Amino acid sequence: MTDSHIVSSFDRDLADLNRLVARLGGLAEQQFAAAIDALENRDVSSIDDIIAGDSALDRLEQELNDRAIEVIATRAPMARDLRSILSAVKIASVLERVGDYAKNIAKRSRVIIQEETNRSDTISLARIADIVQGMLRQVLDAYATGNAEQAMDVWARDQEVDALYSSLHGDVLAVIAKGAEQASVSSHFLFIAKNIERIGDHTTAVAEQVYFQVHGSMPTDERPKADLASGPSVTT
Amino acid sequence: MTNIENPKVKIKARNMTVHYGDAQALHGIDLDLNANEVTALIGPSGCGKSTFLRCINRMNDVIDGCRVGGSLSIDEQDVYDAAVDVVELRARVGMVFQKPNPFPKSIYDNVAYGPRIHGMAQDRASLDALVERSLKRAGLWQEVKDRLSASGTSLSGGQQQRLCIARAIAVNPDIVLMDEPCSALDPIATAVIEELMEELRRDYTIVIVTHSMQQAARISQRTAYFHLGDLVEHGQTETIFTTPQHQQTEAYISGKIG
Repeated sequence: MTDSHIVSSFDRDLADLNRLVARLGGLAEQQFAAAIDALENRDVSSIDDIIAGDSALDRLEQELNDRAIEVIATRAPMARDLRSILSAVKIASVLERVGDYAKNIAKRSRVIIQEETNRSDTISLARIADIVQGMLRQVLDAYATGNAEQAMDVWARDQEVDALYSSLHGDVLAVIAKGAEQASVSSHFLFIAKNIERIGDHTTAVAEQVYFQVHGSMPTDERPKADLASGPSVTT
Repeated sequence: MTNIENPKVKIKARNMTVHYGDAQALHGIDLDLNANEVTALIGPSGCGKSTFLRCINRMNDVIDGCRVGGSLSIDEQDVYDAAVDVVELRARVGMVFQKPNPFPKSIYDNVAYGPRIHGMAQDRASLDALVERSLKRAGLWQEVKDRLSASGTSLSGGQQQRLCIARAIAVNPDIVLMDEPCSALDPIATAVIEELMEELRRDYTIVIVTHSMQQAARISQRTAYFHLGDLVEHGQTETIFTTPQHQQTEAYISGKIG
């Protein structure tokens, strides 16, 4: 079956929506990476830009919603066309949330950078951030190419993020237990870790939408916990 | 063949073939249609959907050079059996056409025509009651009760189509066939007919041919997709329009080059 509609302007409408999702995805990735870089390099100079940059994601999401409503109203899409429009709307909403988390990471990073000396748990945090950035990049690739298998690979990798977060959570609690002077910074640190873990969850929501778009149903299996030990590589 | 779990199959087609001269219009259709459901037949022009519809009340018999093979039964009774009275069959299987075609008679006589020739009313009072009941079921009574002697052709297009539905159901059919019944109607008249179909399926089995995907999606419980004389896919309407199993179906309903 060809993917072309007889009415070619319908194809252009759908391509527009895909492009908007791609732009949103690119911006979300960029914001997230900039926030993590600021924290890792202890550089506050970019933080104001990151915070200000979030409104661009909000505007893009709104633009995509408006376009999606127009396309539904004017084309009466069916089957895969309808799924691709609904997926675009849902993925846009997720990416906008990723932007919010990135902004929040940037705000909290400023506090940590300004107040804190070196902490050993920064390394664990960098590792989680690295994995989640890889997941976000991979799931956006999967969306762009309509590759449900690649999307499900991302879905499976979230297990490792959850495990690393739990471990980091324990480490931070141990730091807090040692002395009250670290408590405030530690709480910011923990929230940043939680934000990153939530971005990981959101990439799995995107993965589910990619799967839905391709197959017309949501993935039903539980995430393969047993696969985790021998699971997919996380060296992205 | 698609026989979806179902309380009662009303119409059962097995290996139905139709030839018009040398041209084969249907290639062995196996299809079960359920009682008290609306089944929509969809597909591009020339796909065989109207041909299949006309097999159900043997309207193809009147076309020169038309040969029908296979079997089609209604309530397990073979429609093509030599013993079947075709006039009686067509009373039992009513039909509504694309273009409203009321007789050039009064509204009353349009509806009374069938009951009269089938001897269904003993006296004027029972005929009056039958006409009123049929017009009510067709959702037209309120609009015409004060002008029953006016000509059927004086009504609007949508009213004429409902008059034709009243005429079809006046002879108490089991099945109503509709061949693009709304294609000549505006959206409001179309909505009135669609609402009526939902009412009518309580009492009748409805088979409709439509070129409007949205109409098929709105009104039917099952949809059958025909292509080049073959039945490609038949299933629950929600499934056909959300996750069709065949690429040809998906291409057709999405407006893609199949």
